[in-house]
Amino acid sequence: MFWYWKHVGPRRIIEFVLLTLFAIFFAGPLVNLLVLAFTEKWNYPDILPQIWGFKWWKFVLAKDDIVSSISLSFLIATLVTLLSIVICIPAAYAFARLQFPLKRMFLFSFLLTHAFPKMGLYVSIAVLFYQLGLMNTLLGVVLIHMINVLMFMTWIPTSAFRNVHRAQEESARDVGASPFKVFRSITLPMAMPGIMVASIFTFLNSLDEAQGTFLVGIPDYKTMPVVMYSIISDFPSSAGAVFSIILTLPTIILLVAAQRLVSADVLASGFQMK
Amino acid sequence: MQLSVRALSKRYKTGDGVSGINIDIQKGELVTLLGPSGCGKTTVLRSIGGFLEPDSGDILIEGQSVIQLPPEKRPTSMVFQSYNLWSHMSVYDNLAFGLKIRKKSKAEIQSAVEDALKLVRLSGFDKKYPAELSGGQQQRVALARSLLLNPAVLLLDEPFSALDAKLRHEMREELREIQMKTGLTMVFVTHDQEEALSLSDRIIVMNHGRIEQIAEPQRIYDEPASLYVASFIGKMNFLRGVAAQESIQIGDIHLPNEKNLDGQVIAAVRPEDVQLQLIAGDQPSLAGKIKQVMILGHYAEVTVDLGQLGVVRAFLNKDRVDQLHTGKDIYVTISKMIAYPHEESY
Repeated sequence: MFWYWKHVGPRRIIEFVLLTLFAIFFAGPLVNLLVLAFTEKWNYPDILPQIWGFKWWKFVLAKDDIVSSISLSFLIATLVTLLSIVICIPAAYAFARLQFPLKRMFLFSFLLTHAFPKMGLYVSIAVLFYQLGLMNTLLGVVLIHMINVLMFMTWIPTSAFRNVHRAQEESARDVGASPFKVFRSITLPMAMPGIMVASIFTFLNSLDEAQGTFLVGIPDYKTMPVVMYSIISDFPSSAGAVFSIILTLPTIILLVAAQRLVSADVLASGFQMK
Repeated sequence: MQLSVRALSKRYKTGDGVSGINIDIQKGELVTLLGPSGCGKTTVLRSIGGFLEPDSGDILIEGQSVIQLPPEKRPTSMVFQSYNLWSHMSVYDNLAFGLKIRKKSKAEIQSAVEDALKLVRLSGFDKKYPAELSGGQQQRVALARSLLLNPAVLLLDEPFSALDAKLRHEMREELREIQMKTGLTMVFVTHDQEEALSLSDRIIVMNHGRIEQIAEPQRIYDEPASLYVASFIGKMNFLRGVAAQESIQIGDIHLPNEKNLDGQVIAAVRPEDVQLQLIAGDQPSLAGKIKQVMILGHYAEVTVDLGQLGVVRAFLNKDRVDQLHTGKDIYVTISKMIAYPHEESY
């Protein structure tokens, strides 16, 4: 055995150890979560559960408020994504193509919502929502979610539109396309990867949002992450594990589906201030 | 007249721009707009294509004013320097895009695309995507896309400048061939004088937003209208001379004073009109010393210092340079020159 390690060299050994630590750090909690979700009985000091089973899955899926929170979450995430596409894509096109005063400042201002402590921002918005009667409404929750994604939804598509070269638009005009046709057939399809990435980001972000929803949506609009809080405090940890797998599943599915589109390039170029 | 540009002017906020542009182009001509970067040649081309709104003047194509029309309504088609193609469409869809807008039938589109690809020698490339093509192939597809729309005027904005030298040569020849076959009227913008000389029926030399000269390549080369054109096109020697009635004197050499100039002049002499001799012959000559001998393949460029008259370069056959070396005394005769008044600056 020793001759083998000697042959490999210290550099490779260090690399191997680091990689193992890294893998444990990342995969360890996930494996633990998976094991926990399928546990019926697991007492210290055993390494693996004594009884495996779907008890907690049945329990979680039988509870009405949990199931309804799942559909509510997806409804809200869809609404948030669609609304922010409608609002942010034209804005992104304007940022990419038009020259107007204070353009950089406007673009930069989207960062502001991320610059303050979230809770402070939400509380001040909640005060406003009380006056407008938006507390405990679907619209209120959707608006709170949109505040979080405005930045991604504007910055990433802006850079996607910038990457469509002016000559490409002009040559489409040149062969006979009207400005609207150019946007529909050339600019928009070419910027689509960036827009898709931003939309997926928005969808996942909305699925995951808990703080703002908790403040604005209680008691009628409980999304998955909000319900998660009460499950963790009221039931054994296995129920929480089951629920967090349900919560993670859409993220994994969407990311795998979008893997083709999500390149470091698209994301990185979204955060360049030009 | 296929294309007429009348008193066109366009000024940018920076003060750059063009003014007093008058151009007439016959059907089937290939005319080059030539000049250094920033001279306004692209401004003229983009105005013709409809991508720029001129401050004043008119543009007529086949007798009809097009100045009010947007690019999509003009009977022109443009090939850009780069980023011509739409990366999300196959070559076929890139070519068919314009025809689909014109509501052509599928069979018509198919045969037009095939013909155009054949013309640019890219048959069978229709299913490829732009990212799979080389730079030269992309420009050929862009050319094909413009060709199949059969424009009244084809505009080319330095289409080959991003390609390497060898490919640029090939593309030039190909473009010339395509022009012969199709008989299209073309306006070609370039800053490369060699490209302009080899390609054009006529050249429009521009400088600082004005037209310096419009003429055939041979005439531009032999009789540059201004000192600027003389210095911009081809290699040229500039010597000090004095004009006196019938003749212009450069040292001991007398040449005819065709323009009837007076006083100090600048004599422009092509290197091929300069002869070198080892000994002073019967003809009047200028004495000088060889400054440098450069072998440039099948010929050599010899630089001779003529003292206060200036420096002169000559081309020699490479087997004649054996006896020449730096510092050697040499005698220079000049067979032809064009004189410009001394105060004319460029």
